[in-house]
Amino acid sequence: MEMALVIDPDKCTACRQCELACSFRHTGAFNPARSRIVVFDFHTKGRFVPYTCTQCDQAWCQQVCPVGAITNENGVKVVHEDICVGCKVCTIACPFGTVNYDPASGKVIKCDLCGGDPACAEACPTEAIVYTDIAVQGFEKMRQWAERVDTAPQANA
Amino acid sequence: MAAPSFRLLKVDLATGAITRQELPHEWRADYIGLRGLGTRLLSELRAFEADPFGPENPLLFITGPLTGTNAPTGGRYGVMTRGPLTGTIACSNAGGHFGPALRFAGYDALLFTGASEKPVYLFIDDDRVELRDATDLWGESFWTVEERLKERHGHDVRIAGIGRAGENRVRYAAVMNDRDRAAGRTGVGAVMGAKKLKAVVVRGTGAVELARPEEFATLAADLNQRIMDMSGMRGLAHDGTQAMMRVTCSFGALPTENARHTSFAGCENISAEAMQRPPAPGRKPNLVGRKACFACPIGCGRIAQIQPDHFTLKYGDQYRGPNGGLEYEAAYALGAMVGVGDLDACTFAFQVCNEEGMDPISFGVTLAAAMELFDLGALTEADTGRPLRFGDAGALAEMALATARREGFGDVLAEGALRLCTRHGHPALAMQVKGQEFPGYDPRAMQGMGLAYATSPRGACHLRASPYRSDFSTGDPKAKPKVVKQTQDSKAAIDSLGVCSFITPQVDLQTLAELAAHATGIHYSQAHLLRAGERIFNLERLFNLRAGFTGADDTLPDRVLTEPADAGVHKGEVCHLDEMLPAYYRLREWTESGEPTPALLSRLGLSDLVQGLSP
Repeated sequence: MEMALVIDPDKCTACRQCELACSFRHTGAFNPARSRIVVFDFHTKGRFVPYTCTQCDQAWCQQVCPVGAITNENGVKVVHEDICVGCKVCTIACPFGTVNYDPASGKVIKCDLCGGDPACAEACPTEAIVYTDIAVQGFEKMRQWAERVDTAPQANA
Repeated sequence: MAAPSFRLLKVDLATGAITRQELPHEWRADYIGLRGLGTRLLSELRAFEADPFGPENPLLFITGPLTGTNAPTGGRYGVMTRGPLTGTIACSNAGGHFGPALRFAGYDALLFTGASEKPVYLFIDDDRVELRDATDLWGESFWTVEERLKERHGHDVRIAGIGRAGENRVRYAAVMNDRDRAAGRTGVGAVMGAKKLKAVVVRGTGAVELARPEEFATLAADLNQRIMDMSGMRGLAHDGTQAMMRVTCSFGALPTENARHTSFAGCENISAEAMQRPPAPGRKPNLVGRKACFACPIGCGRIAQIQPDHFTLKYGDQYRGPNGGLEYEAAYALGAMVGVGDLDACTFAFQVCNEEGMDPISFGVTLAAAMELFDLGALTEADTGRPLRFGDAGALAEMALATARREGFGDVLAEGALRLCTRHGHPALAMQVKGQEFPGYDPRAMQGMGLAYATSPRGACHLRASPYRSDFSTGDPKAKPKVVKQTQDSKAAIDSLGVCSFITPQVDLQTLAELAAHATGIHYSQAHLLRAGERIFNLERLFNLRAGFTGADDTLPDRVLTEPADAGVHKGEVCHLDEMLPAYYRLREWTESGEPTPALLSRLGLSDLVQGLSP
């Protein structure tokens, strides 16, 4: 079984407890600018989207790293700070923008799933972020979609 | 780690000078932060002597020791000054993300003095702090300004600012942040406008310093979990503060049509249930989502949408999208108080208040007073430019827009209910205390709230005491002085920590004291916090006495003292303030004329300060 963070933006209220928990776990301080998960606040649309690394199987970041600082640990792409030289090539390669340069350390930072116990999911008060079996994810989304009984679009048409 | 210091950034708007100062550590122990520490600072600066709109009036943005942490609701900041609505100390706090950003940038407070000649905004990029020209932003709404400044400075900045209401010195203008979070009461936005300060933009990329981070984080995470498991909190998440509407309406505590009535026939059209129900088959409900402030596990904020064919959408496309939805106080003031049972019109007026930075409570109550004056013939169409009848949704919408812009009769409404009613010969028809308008709890049905309104340091207010539980269980005036005094003290402490009112009673004061101790390294305890709360409340009292207020100002409008409630559990009752006030003064150790005794000031460690404040 492979576990992953499953994010449901519909449940997010933008409280940013995930950012606080992530930064505290990784830096020992409350500092959202150094969080590996970020809540994008599209407040003019009333939408909030937590966003972090999806742990690509064929990871661009890992493949472009010139010094081999990013390794695959049971599916999780982990940055080894002692090897990382801060060249930022991985931040260019990542199509999703979830590997970022951290000026405070001079290294890149990305989600490492906290070694299997992600702080963000634990801190999320609305279950917008859950840590679950990756195989279940697709089924769960389909089930939720099928359960929607919103007929408003048809009625308006 | 050593105890973090309190870092103040001072900006002289007249000269452009920007300086940094560290405040004495013992102030943290004695005044905690935010409301408490701000009152101390404003007292030292003799703000009680300032003309609220004059350059000499200091304007403070200030956080608490829990702001920017994972403490549940730990995201509050306050805006403080001498208020233009009342002349009392003004202190209004807001959630959202601005307060935490200030701390991430390395500041606990910003102090603005003087006034700028040209419109400016302050840009804080961690250590880099600059005053910038805001000529191109002047005359724009807060919503427009916030989006433009984000385009200019990046999506990761947080902005507090004013709309047209603040620029135009509407006496109850708010300071806004994060689109629909407001330091809403007491007119702090108008002082920002008088200083020609349009906005404060902050990018903070640092960490909040804590004395004992591990202990702090563990306790706070535990409290978050505890709050999430509480059914009352789930109710607040589900219904927002609007959960209160069905309570006050059936209890007969909902001031309606300028408090001529205590229950609103149209209340079910503007309630939490109405927001959640599709208004017709094939329609979507008003409520489309919810939104939390920083670090808040509850998320009482509403996101709502006006029906696509509602008449108010002719006023602009910005009202079409999902925006901040009604909370209880707004629904009371823009609904029941003006007799409007049109959910979309109330939502619209609320959005205008958010867009332009204006307190919906004071605006709604002022409009309600105008409607009663109109009804009595004391105002005519020649004054108002249009009929102002209770229940007229069109009048509500038009007047909201006109007031923020001070156009036509809006220029009169912008002065607040007391000035309006005095000008037209009926000062008693203003539902206010010390110039600030009533929140949505009628003192005839809630005796404790009556006493709380009369003695609040910022005029009529539902947040400076917490007599709710007592008031919904007994109408006995004898029970009130004690609960009002105790909760005034505890709320003064809680407001000073940087957390939201809704954290209590879910989290007890002793636990909050432990959190604050982990944050600051100060040996806070429950007793220490209560003593600090009492100190803060009394210092606010001293500020107001120095500003010219006396015990005679601790009163309520004649209506709630003489005209009985016409509905509900306490039908036939008036507010018995005359019975409660002397007992309350004694409990407070105040003289018969409402002044703290020298013995009390000495016990609270305020004697020296008082001598320094003497003329």
